[in-house]
Amino acid sequence: MAENLLQVEVVAADAEVWSGQARRVVARTSEGEIGILPRHEPVLGVIAGGEVRIITSEGEEIRANADGGFLSVDQDHVAIVADRAQLV
Amino acid sequence: MGAQQRVFRQKIRSTQSLRKIFKAMELIAASRIQKAIGRVRAAGPYSSALTRAVSAVATHSDVEHTLTSEPETIRRSAVVVISADSGFAGAYASNVVREAEELVSLLRESGKEPVLYAVGRKAVTYYTFRERALKNSWEGFSETPTPEDARRIGEALLADFGTDADDGGIDEIYLVYTRFVNTVTQRPEYLRLLPLEIVDEEEAESAPQIEAFPLYEFEPDPESVLDALLPRYVDSRIFTALLGAAASYQAAKQTAMKTATDNADDLIKRYTRLANTARQAEITQELTEIVGGADALAASASAD
Repeated sequence: MAENLLQVEVVAADAEVWSGQARRVVARTSEGEIGILPRHEPVLGVIAGGEVRIITSEGEEIRANADGGFLSVDQDHVAIVADRAQLV
Repeated sequence: MGAQQRVFRQKIRSTQSLRKIFKAMELIAASRIQKAIGRVRAAGPYSSALTRAVSAVATHSDVEHTLTSEPETIRRSAVVVISADSGFAGAYASNVVREAEELVSLLRESGKEPVLYAVGRKAVTYYTFRERALKNSWEGFSETPTPEDARRIGEALLADFGTDADDGGIDEIYLVYTRFVNTVTQRPEYLRLLPLEIVDEEEAESAPQIEAFPLYEFEPDPESVLDALLPRYVDSRIFTALLGAAASYQAAKQTAMKTATDNADDLIKRYTRLANTARQAEITQELTEIVGGADALAASASAD
């Protein structure tokens, strides 16, 4: 089921923080938490700040702090673009 | 040793020590170019992700935003000149200032009033020395700009952009900076930052055109997403320009220092030749004196 993975990139203003394949991404938007699974509809959301959780293709959980920014989902491609971001 | 020779030796010594300094600066600049290029590259994913998202929202046509809508009449245009804090980089600063001056006269011709903003001490001193009014200026970070520096500039510009032209606000913003093409070529150029023209030529050329953007779901709604996106997009454009200018500065510095080293070499060679000639002349003179002296002695001995 290789096609059912999310291509995720987490970028901060001055560097790419993490990129890779994932099964699930959970982020906090201004409306509340949003969970993204493969084949999610295209979304552009404002990140309210806080933790982003990424479950990688190996089942490992990666946590990153994303401070202000946005999230875009498009054809299983997830971009988390933050002013400042770092892995926890 | 004769006085003339001593002067030349002194000049050779001082030129040699200058040459060492130039050489060291050239090597430092060369290593910093690589770091600067690295920073440009590291900021790439952020700005391309932003561009993609902004294009996506822009094609979602029913959304209007003050940053994208063209005002009916443009009266005051901001010109942001990005230069360096220090010199030793040949014509780097004057090239970017000349580009800015061209833009200013172009704006004047089309009946707009240019408002100047300067980044980097070189641009600031250029305008303050000529007693030209600067609306705002920033200095102290030209070699290693951070996203925070770009945000500070962006916030100030956006605040003025939001103000009415009658109250000292501005209707459009131009960035004048030096684009880093490669280590040999850096081109000063300007781009219009606001109102936004979403489709960037550069992006359109390099990236294969994405056929049609899908219909996006906005979280919480298109307006707040745009409110969050566009200022960031502006900041990121400024940041990219700052990084490019920093890389260009190092490259220009390397070239200038290379030329200085070569010139010092030429000078050393010339002074060495002159010193040798002076030494040779001194020897010749001494020989003539000895021969002349001996002749005079021989002549006086035979006369006895």
